[in-house]
Amino acid sequence: MFHREAGVFKTTYAADMALYPLPIARWAVAGVALLFAVVLPSLLHEYYLSIINLVLIAIVGALGLNILVGYTGQISVGHAAFMSVGAYTAANLAVRLDLPFWITLPAGGLMAALIGAIVGIPSLRIKGLYLAIATLAGQLIIEWTINHVPAISGGAQASIEVPRPTLFGTELKTQGQLYFFLLFFAALAIVATLNLVRSRIGRAFVAIRDQDIAAEIIGINIYRYKLLSFAISSFYAGVCGVLYTYYLGIANYEQFQIVVSIDYLAMIIIGGLGSVLGSILGAIFVTMLPIVIRWIVEGFGSYFFTASELAGVSSSARLIVFGSLIIFFLVVEPEGLNRLWRNIRNYFRVWPFSY
Amino acid sequence: MMIDELSFAFSLVVSGLSIGLMYSLIALGFVLVYKATDAINFAQGEFVMLAGFVAAGVAAVEGMPILAAIIAAVAVMVLFSFALERVVLRPLLGRPIVAVIMATIGLGAILRGLPPLTVGGQTQSLSLPIGDEPFVIGPAVLPPIQVVGVIVSLLFLGAFTWFFLKSRMGVAMRAVADNQQVAMAMGINVQRYFALAWAMAGIVSALGGVIWGSMLGVDTHLALVGLKVFPVVILGGLDSIVGAVIGGLIVGVVESIAAGYLDPFVGGGTKDFAPYVLMIVMLMFKPYGLFGQRRIERV
Repeated sequence: MFHREAGVFKTTYAADMALYPLPIARWAVAGVALLFAVVLPSLLHEYYLSIINLVLIAIVGALGLNILVGYTGQISVGHAAFMSVGAYTAANLAVRLDLPFWITLPAGGLMAALIGAIVGIPSLRIKGLYLAIATLAGQLIIEWTINHVPAISGGAQASIEVPRPTLFGTELKTQGQLYFFLLFFAALAIVATLNLVRSRIGRAFVAIRDQDIAAEIIGINIYRYKLLSFAISSFYAGVCGVLYTYYLGIANYEQFQIVVSIDYLAMIIIGGLGSVLGSILGAIFVTMLPIVIRWIVEGFGSYFFTASELAGVSSSARLIVFGSLIIFFLVVEPEGLNRLWRNIRNYFRVWPFSY
Repeated sequence: MMIDELSFAFSLVVSGLSIGLMYSLIALGFVLVYKATDAINFAQGEFVMLAGFVAAGVAAVEGMPILAAIIAAVAVMVLFSFALERVVLRPLLGRPIVAVIMATIGLGAILRGLPPLTVGGQTQSLSLPIGDEPFVIGPAVLPPIQVVGVIVSLLFLGAFTWFFLKSRMGVAMRAVADNQQVAMAMGINVQRYFALAWAMAGIVSALGGVIWGSMLGVDTHLALVGLKVFPVVILGGLDSIVGAVIGGLIVGVVESIAAGYLDPFVGGGTKDFAPYVLMIVMLMFKPYGLFGQRRIERV
């Protein structure tokens, strides 16, 4: 029951694609589920739950971006703009039409998917650098539009306050209640992505990433699948934006600027391109990093900086650590945290009799 | 009334052209590197910012001539570009383009984080000894710094055109850009020309930093100039020096006219927005730009 295999003994494709390759995987998944569903919420303080909530939101966004960049090989520097599309769609629906979250959430996702597919249209003709710049343009244009059209942004400071989501008549107010709300969607996103990437669609994405011309020759309609990838990825981004809006209680374009796009790219690069576990690890890492840096700066910063300087220090330190980590992982470990985790696991697979 | 309209439009165009040439100067750094090494520098704006900080730091020392500040900026930028090529970009050779783009984005983040920690976040001034007598062409009025910018840009664009067309090193660099393996077989030291391309990008960024820094003041916002590089190079074509000039002029005029005519209606910001709309249209219809070389991909 708890054994691990000592080599690759798969003889069928079905065995190769199984979600649970060994019985131990079932137990591991059950253990993680138990930890997140029962143990963590009952042990942790509200403050720590609020951090985990941020991680859960980031996981949804990172998974989406990884589908596009890691699996399909199309770069996007405009992911945060798709989040803002989802966020403002949901906020407008929730405030003006008084709709509940189970309508606004998919609506935000679908709107983001639509806009994402439109921004993805240039990917049919261009790739690489050109596509990066085209999506950068998408980011700047969406940001500007939301900021300058009062019909979308709700006027003052381009922010809309949204009511708390209600479930079966209870308002989800505390971090503990929001935790279960967010956990559900994060888990849903993880399972959906795991199944997507081993389906026909996911395999077409990987074929396009590896060699798009070859993929077209073996009969994959690359236009359709590239747009589909943009749409799915943006749907995740939109849902991520809606969740973040419900978490904050306000939709504000400043939460979705280009820096955020780069944060999400950092997540999937640090975590590991083309890997679901990598997206999760990267989301955890990148979300926790600024919090850890703030602790360190608050703890030790007073020895080096005056109180007035201290305010800007942690944001600058964050930029430097972020940039260094991105470069470090790209140069030293391009497959990211996911690879490190696999290395550790492989070491212990035959431990203590490695030869 | 009609005359007023015309002279307003004329001054917008003149100002746009002069700003556009200064964009071309910065875009040149991007084009040089892309042309020779196929590397993409998303941190071009941060390069300009770094040069501005170096120049402002040296110029702030008592009794230091402005020429020393400019030389210091050039020297630092050349060394910095060398180091960047060695430490970051060489290990990424042969990796997907996303890796290079992300590495330079990461570098940009580091460069933006450094100044507030080392020299403080306040805006520093960097003044060139050129007086403040505005330059008048008909109804248009140009501040002297823009005139200097135009002269420097034209000088460098001319020099680089000559370099690539006539000089031995320039021809060798074109050969490297065209096909690295063949260039190697002809006895050209490819590594050295990679370094040279980065050094030239460093020089251009240093001058851009001095000029833009003295126009806008030196702080981390100076890096935002780099966002204008992309429309310029896409419009002109990524690997064309002439394209960088024409693209710069187009972007300069478009943003100047957009700011003059549209800003009153939409409440500002069209300056940063219009060039990107133009760029998207260009990408849809002519993705390799006006003068860019069309690359044919083979499996």
